[in-house]
Amino acid sequence: MPEGLSYLPRLTRALLVGAALSLPVAVSFPALAAGIDKQDFRQIERGHYLTIVGDCAACHTLPGSGHDLAGGRAIETPFGELVSPNITPDPVTGVGAWTDDEFVDALTKGTGRDGTHLYPAMPYTYYTKVTRDDALAIRAYLNTIPAVHNEVNSDQLPFPLDVRMSMTAWDEMFFKPGTFEPDKSKSAEWNRGAYLTEGLGHCGLCHTPKNILGGDKTHKQMQGYNLQGWFAPNITNDPRRGLGSWSIEDIATYLKTGHNKTSAATGLMAETLNLSTSKMSDDDLTAIATYLKDQPGDPSNQPNQTQTDSAAPDQAIMKAGAQIYADECSGCHIGNGKGIPGLFPSLNGTPVVQQSDPTTPLHVVLRGALSVGTKPAPTAAAMPAFAWVLNDDQVAAVVTYIRNAWGNSAPAVSSSDVGKARQQLSERSD
Amino acid sequence: MARRLPRKDVVIIGLGWTGSILANELTDAGLDVVAIERGPWRDTATDFPISYAQDELRYHLQHELFLRPSQTSVTFRNNGSQTALPVRTWGAFMLGNGVGGAGIHWNGQTWRFLPTDFTLRSHLTQRYGTNFLPADMTIQDWGVTFDDLEPHYDKFEYLCGTSGQAGNINGTIQDGGNPFEGPRSRPYPTPPLKQGYGHMLFAQAAKELGYKPFPLPAGNLSQSYTNPLGVTLGQCTYCGFCEWFGCANYAKASPQTTILPVLLRKPNFEGRTGCEVTRINLDNTGKRATGVTYVDDSGEEFEQPADLVLLCAFSLFNVQLLLLSGIGTPYDPQSGQGQIGRNFTHQTMSGALGFFDKDKYNFNPFVASGAIGMIIDEFNGDNFDHGPLGFVGGGYIGEMQTNGRPIETTAVPPDTPAWGPKWKQALRDNYLSTINAGGVHASFYSYRDNYLSLDPTYKDRFGRPLMRITLDFHDNEIKMSAWLTNKYAEIVQRMGAKQVVNQYRKPPYDVTEYQTSHLNGGAIMGDNPRNSALNRYLQSWDVPNLFVMGASAFPQNAGYNPTGTVGALAYWSAAAIRSQYLKNPGPLVHA
Repeated sequence: MPEGLSYLPRLTRALLVGAALSLPVAVSFPALAAGIDKQDFRQIERGHYLTIVGDCAACHTLPGSGHDLAGGRAIETPFGELVSPNITPDPVTGVGAWTDDEFVDALTKGTGRDGTHLYPAMPYTYYTKVTRDDALAIRAYLNTIPAVHNEVNSDQLPFPLDVRMSMTAWDEMFFKPGTFEPDKSKSAEWNRGAYLTEGLGHCGLCHTPKNILGGDKTHKQMQGYNLQGWFAPNITNDPRRGLGSWSIEDIATYLKTGHNKTSAATGLMAETLNLSTSKMSDDDLTAIATYLKDQPGDPSNQPNQTQTDSAAPDQAIMKAGAQIYADECSGCHIGNGKGIPGLFPSLNGTPVVQQSDPTTPLHVVLRGALSVGTKPAPTAAAMPAFAWVLNDDQVAAVVTYIRNAWGNSAPAVSSSDVGKARQQLSERSD
Repeated sequence: MARRLPRKDVVIIGLGWTGSILANELTDAGLDVVAIERGPWRDTATDFPISYAQDELRYHLQHELFLRPSQTSVTFRNNGSQTALPVRTWGAFMLGNGVGGAGIHWNGQTWRFLPTDFTLRSHLTQRYGTNFLPADMTIQDWGVTFDDLEPHYDKFEYLCGTSGQAGNINGTIQDGGNPFEGPRSRPYPTPPLKQGYGHMLFAQAAKELGYKPFPLPAGNLSQSYTNPLGVTLGQCTYCGFCEWFGCANYAKASPQTTILPVLLRKPNFEGRTGCEVTRINLDNTGKRATGVTYVDDSGEEFEQPADLVLLCAFSLFNVQLLLLSGIGTPYDPQSGQGQIGRNFTHQTMSGALGFFDKDKYNFNPFVASGAIGMIIDEFNGDNFDHGPLGFVGGGYIGEMQTNGRPIETTAVPPDTPAWGPKWKQALRDNYLSTINAGGVHASFYSYRDNYLSLDPTYKDRFGRPLMRITLDFHDNEIKMSAWLTNKYAEIVQRMGAKQVVNQYRKPPYDVTEYQTSHLNGGAIMGDNPRNSALNRYLQSWDVPNLFVMGASAFPQNAGYNPTGTVGALAYWSAAAIRSQYLKNPGPLVHA
């Protein structure tokens, strides 16, 4: 709240705040003096919005607990499970006793209050780009939520990963601290998109491939990564595997509603949609889309839609796959693979079925998938499971077929790939 | 002792078509609504997925989606001199169970009744005189008119995405539609389904005989459609697994495919499954409902207080719950007094088999849909002169190949052995070239001695008396059925059949043979409390904070499937609750 208004009666102030809030949330707010004014409703609301953009709840709220951001959710990593900490203002078990600087350091540098290091499951490697103003706004919002006393033991990784000092070395190798620097050659919209995507939005946490130590393969930014039983697809502008065939509006519509004319969100992205992107402003979603459309992806892999980039699969397999497709799939996805807009996703030309890694189509065929329902697109149709209907050879044939029919192109899937996926999925607890 | 739960604005009993519609309308009005459903939660991908939805044994023969007779049943007798016995496996009709109710397993026929159907007694006595009707026929006017309901029929059809060809738009007759239908305000939301060879041949023959055939209005969608609530339905694949099945393609209108995705997102809605309401509670005046008592799957009893109670179960169970709760006066067929249980009716179904030369005709009967068909409406309601015929009522006549499913599509000529190589050969010879799905879907008017009451002997799992059905066909319906069946058979003959076998409806009413699931009446609507249980807004005359939805409100049954009218009445009642009742809770009609 600007100082000059502080003499106004409370009601008038509330009305003015209301007027300010009715503006699109993406308008740039005047820089605030460093620090937090606990009565500054505008800063608090901006912080609220930023916790949504950062999708803090995905890790810090245990679903069904009824306690927002009180931690306790197990976070699956390739190295074992971590348990998310309590970030409510409880002074003993939460972050209530932290100073603002301690909070900002944890968010943007991955340093814990006692000088220890956070694990990069907390995406400080992305949040480092967040401005101090935004970080303080998040803090201001967190100060206002109900304090929950919930002691969480976050350290459940095996040796030597349980030695947090090991993270110092990790940071040396993979962490590049520093607030976002705008690219003056690009538009304000592009820069807003870049700030959100590379920073709070931490899209790369799922979509950027990781090296063996869990660090981002920065030269392959947002080219897809296998995690938690899914393959988070390539979201660069790659014409076949990425978003090349999607317009900026297609991307923004997808992030807002969970659906667009060809696709439907499911799996981990469905949760991200529910908690985060569906609640973001149209301007921010368009900014993200604008930035993603400008990511070239792998320059050595730029096939156009008429070119194939993998060896043509065995014709006998394709024929078997086509027959299985006709019997089991075509009722919904239609003979030409184009599905029904808003209901059944298209497989024809669709990036998610043409990723180099077939984990997602195998997951969907074997286990089924529930798409996400949102207010503008409430239908949320589901794909039934076929694990009990089709054997490994049949799944391999039909998945190979959809990855290579109608001009699609992607490596064939073998029966042993299906067997492995079947085994891994059966072992998952979710 | 029942555990008392926090009060809700509205409690809904049963989450089928009407419960879903009312819940959505009243949550839109800002009310806090809970729906209590005795069956399970059901959804497409989990209960009838594409990978096994077309399982005839599971769904058709073993009744997967229906109420289990062990859960509750009904007793049946043809007349008051008999002792009713419990139905132990469903026969004449199927009773839905679970979220979506019968809206999951219906075939999809989405009709409007004729304008004269709503003023039936006035209309018939005016046209044919007061002595034309049988003395024991108890038909009456509905208290609501076609014009009252038109906007609500429209709303239901646009919710469902109904596929059809309009016959009358604002009084202008449309080519290719039903010229007898009441004026509709706009066309159907989606075009008609594509018709198979048998249907086209029927339409051709009907035209040659001077009739005006039109496509059956279908809740199985000809193309994908997004309804006004934002919910998207798929397109019918003509798989022929509709009736008694759930649709795996999201192509058949149901609460699941039209309303529930929106309703379930609302913070002011809650659904409780596996919870059976055992009674509607009244205060000590008996004039006000205080809520309901229900028992959950674990056997624990709860009391759910509410300001407004909406009874949205299947017709039979609406009447049962009214009787068990002591609401209104039970009907007495001797005196004709009392309204609860009165004017119970069904439908008069008949047909004909047409056997065609297998070398010339191939109907591909497996290419089918629940509400596919070509229809004529010349002999429905009072669209024709009954004066010389000596009966009233009628029905639609059509060729409706709803399926060619392997286990039950076994029509063979009458002289065929019932088993063995000759039967198998006859089946092979006739499967593709027989017209065996269609016929006559006719009215069943109400009579003094057809009614519902509590059974004196048989009880359900809670010790409550089962609903007792006392029902038989009367001469009027039998005469009507014979006359209409002959009309249908003439058309089948004209199509080129080498042999036509008429299948008349014959008395007595047989509870073991499937007819259709359109059970109506028992808690009917009308213009005053001396001739009805409900007023024209489906509000109980006796307990004004209770509304009773569904076909139990039909004073008699018309020659159409009921779902369109059930949906229209639900929207009509919801509009009255929203625009009148909520502003001034109390009786909406003073009579």
